[in-house]
Amino acid sequence: MKELSNAACIVGVDESDELGTLPHKSQLTLHVEAVNNAARDAGLRVADIDGVFTAGQHSPATIAEAIGVRPRYVDGTTVGGCSFIIMVGHAMLALHHGLCDVAVISHGESGRSGVGVSPRRDVAVPGQFEAPYGFGGAPTYFGLITTRHMHEFGTTLEQWAQVAVSTRKWAALNPKAKNREPLTVQDVLASRPVVWPFNILNICLVTDAGGAVILTRPDRARDCARTPVYVRGAGEGAEHVSLTQMRDLTFSEATRLSGDKAFAMAGVRPTDFDHIMLYDAFTSGPPLMLEALGIAKRGEGVHFFEEGRATPGGRLPINTNGGGLSYTHSGMYGIFPIIESVRQLRGECGARQVPDVRLSLVNGMGGMLSAAGTLVLANAR
Amino acid sequence: MDAPQRPLPSPLTPEAKPYWDGAREDRLMIPKCRTCGKPHMHPRVRCPFCASADLEWVRASGRGRLHSFEIAHQILNKAFKVKTPVVLAMVELEEGPRLLTNLVNVPPDPAKIRCDMPVEVVFEKQTDEITLPMFQPAHLTQATHGSSRTDSGRYK
Repeated sequence: MKELSNAACIVGVDESDELGTLPHKSQLTLHVEAVNNAARDAGLRVADIDGVFTAGQHSPATIAEAIGVRPRYVDGTTVGGCSFIIMVGHAMLALHHGLCDVAVISHGESGRSGVGVSPRRDVAVPGQFEAPYGFGGAPTYFGLITTRHMHEFGTTLEQWAQVAVSTRKWAALNPKAKNREPLTVQDVLASRPVVWPFNILNICLVTDAGGAVILTRPDRARDCARTPVYVRGAGEGAEHVSLTQMRDLTFSEATRLSGDKAFAMAGVRPTDFDHIMLYDAFTSGPPLMLEALGIAKRGEGVHFFEEGRATPGGRLPINTNGGGLSYTHSGMYGIFPIIESVRQLRGECGARQVPDVRLSLVNGMGGMLSAAGTLVLANAR
Repeated sequence: MDAPQRPLPSPLTPEAKPYWDGAREDRLMIPKCRTCGKPHMHPRVRCPFCASADLEWVRASGRGRLHSFEIAHQILNKAFKVKTPVVLAMVELEEGPRLLTNLVNVPPDPAKIRCDMPVEVVFEKQTDEITLPMFQPAHLTQATHGSSRTDSGRYK
């Protein structure tokens, strides 16, 4: 496993031309824009791409056709929003073995406007055992995880709200973030109730957005336009789909599996990072991820936010793009934390740039902590 | 009978037929492995613990504990017409398996509900074909207990 560490570099990242509410753009268009923008960022031609990776409703063949390439490697692993994070590891493996030379991981989702979207769901279990009771939509599942955490550890609504407040402070520094106005704990607690323990400000945005990441081997990366970002470690894991099958609602086994693998590959400890990106579909997500990754003790992930460690000026900045909570969240958010991590490692982030970022962690979930991906990224070998 | 106020279970899968047949007769049936002895939910054709195909259906006691809950103020599925707020729940049966369900006959108030409280099954008929198992606080049928105490406002 160790021989894969640093076997690939991220050389290009970018979003679609626009993010937000885009009823004038199809889902496929969001992919095409993002891939072209990321290729330009890398100083590569789209025609150089010979490995296509994507998750969601479109197959990699559909993306390849849309961008006009004939790939010799395709991967459509779809295990939820973390799929793009997991694919960095898959792309690294393919690049390492010469199965492709330039890999693109593409995301496009018309999550808000639903343009060119065809929902396709596996309903045998949820249709039978969940929908009749009102379950459906992520908040009705993640709420159960959150309540159980409050029961076992005494976590409070105010503490979850601190996550939204901290993340909004970062969004205020990101011109691309959707919601940038100041936010208080009281604002979160007083916002519209959706599914207790969640009010609307505990829940991520719903937007239309695309994003893409381009990887190649280190020898070729040196000829690209930007400072290469090395993939020091990558890991993935899956535990369950239905929440009834999750062994411990307050501890994500998928997250732990993915983290352990990524940290071992990179030869780092969970506490070595100076910048962290976590998948924040809900305010309770990042604290639970910190706990499962071994960065925080059980029940103490929220302390990173309420004590200001995660906020601008803090010792361990978390979700510096403004997160799914305030920047953008198209539905499968996982491409965006990778993009931000790379930009931070390159030092391109302007007002929100974290000083001296050398080692950055990306971790995301798929479904309800069902699957997970972790990356250890660095700006040097 | 009035039109159902909820989306009915769909699709009804062959492997789950005894579950719904049982519910129609107010019995909570769960699959159990004859090889390793463990019951499971949701129904499958192989035991998820030991992969044995030697499964039987047993009647669960209907008793369990509220593993977690939430209070929905809106339901996305338009076929769900029960007046909100409703309590969405995960129940752990005393046999072990967990179910998603509703907690009923309780105020939809986080101060009045707590994780791990004892619950018991109740059956709500939807149509001639479909009856849904739901759960209520166990004390409601234990007259000797009188009013059950929950430490109000546990979840701040």
